[in-house]
Amino acid sequence: MAVIDPIILFFLLGLAASAMRSELRLPAAVYDFVSILLLLAIGLKGGVELARQPFGSLLPQMLAVVLMGSMLPLVAFPVLRLIGRMNRADAASIAAHYGSVSVGTYAVAVSWFDARQIDFEAHMPLLLTLLEVPAILVGIVLARGLSRETRWSDVAHEVFLGKGIVLLLGGLLIGWIAGEDGLVSIKPLFIDLFKGFLAIFLLEMGLIAAAQLGTLRRHGVFLLLFGIGMPLFSSVVGAALGWGLGLSVGGTAMLAVLAASASYIAVPAAMRISVPDANPTLSLTASLGITFPFNILLGIPIYYALAQQLHAWLGS
Amino acid sequence: MSNDHTRKLVTIITEAALEHSLLRDFKRLGAKGHTITEARGSGHRGVRSAGWESNSNIRIEVICNEAVAQAITQHLQDQYYANYAMVVYSSDVSVLRPDKF
Repeated sequence: MAVIDPIILFFLLGLAASAMRSELRLPAAVYDFVSILLLLAIGLKGGVELARQPFGSLLPQMLAVVLMGSMLPLVAFPVLRLIGRMNRADAASIAAHYGSVSVGTYAVAVSWFDARQIDFEAHMPLLLTLLEVPAILVGIVLARGLSRETRWSDVAHEVFLGKGIVLLLGGLLIGWIAGEDGLVSIKPLFIDLFKGFLAIFLLEMGLIAAAQLGTLRRHGVFLLLFGIGMPLFSSVVGAALGWGLGLSVGGTAMLAVLAASASYIAVPAAMRISVPDANPTLSLTASLGITFPFNILLGIPIYYALAQQLHAWLGS
Repeated sequence: MSNDHTRKLVTIITEAALEHSLLRDFKRLGAKGHTITEARGSGHRGVRSAGWESNSNIRIEVICNEAVAQAITQHLQDQYYANYAMVVYSSDVSVLRPDKF
């Protein structure tokens, strides 16, 4: 096994190319296509697993995860307000980013786990999908209260019919209906090529993340500390919940990864519509420029070690 | 060219996130159609490079009569100028089929 996963090297290539002001940029359509494939592939894998187990047995986990997604922004918000001295809209928007999840981080974690043959509960994509939404709603309420001005129909449209949810849910349903045997014919594209597409996705993410770092200098040390401290805190919450729900070590680590990851697709779009006075540069710098690189370069091994420790201390 | 054939071309360059709500507003204000193209560039809100969705821009063009153009620009000024990256300008254009706009 290589010391460093090649897909991570693609991310570093993107970072370096952007830092050196290379002309390299992927066409937007390529990024769209690759992210669509990743979302569908993750959904399909989870859907196959859902077909195997009774849906009812997953309900407690689903509820617990939704609760976690709603609580994390409530922890982040006062920290951003009081220590970061941010205005209400900015604090609420950033809090929402950190309560929601990043599918890219999940995909890298899947690849990391696969390379080390670590098993985890295969219905994780369902929990991933569920975690996208609650933080957005909490963030909007934190920013504006239950104001009549909020056009909830627009928010619902943005949240539930955004690319992420439609493709993840769609993939889950297709995988669930078709089952493992039914998916054999499309497996070469979605499953076998997963890592190749992930590599291209990470190349682009490297380019984007480096572009965000330029703004970091203006927003200073607090954002940097928050972008690293918040995922570390969230990972402990996620790992504790995973243990409490009786997940395996791998599953516990994966829930820690989900809790630690910060959204950079679904939440920014929803916040732009619903909390327009929040500065999108702040939240994107934190989630994309700091937390995403931290999670995929250092975070995932840390969260796995955390899950192992937790199971060792408390018993499985 | 008779004056009847003159219409206003209103061009809006703004964040792609607004597409849905802007088109609904324009329809309500009386625009009969629109054209959207992807756009990129820079301004006082920094480079909008269209590298990915949260950072992409669109250019909306609406051809309409003077009154509708007024209503649209006023509405944009009231609702969106403060918080969004947005450039709006209008110009006179001559059209071949005035009844269409």
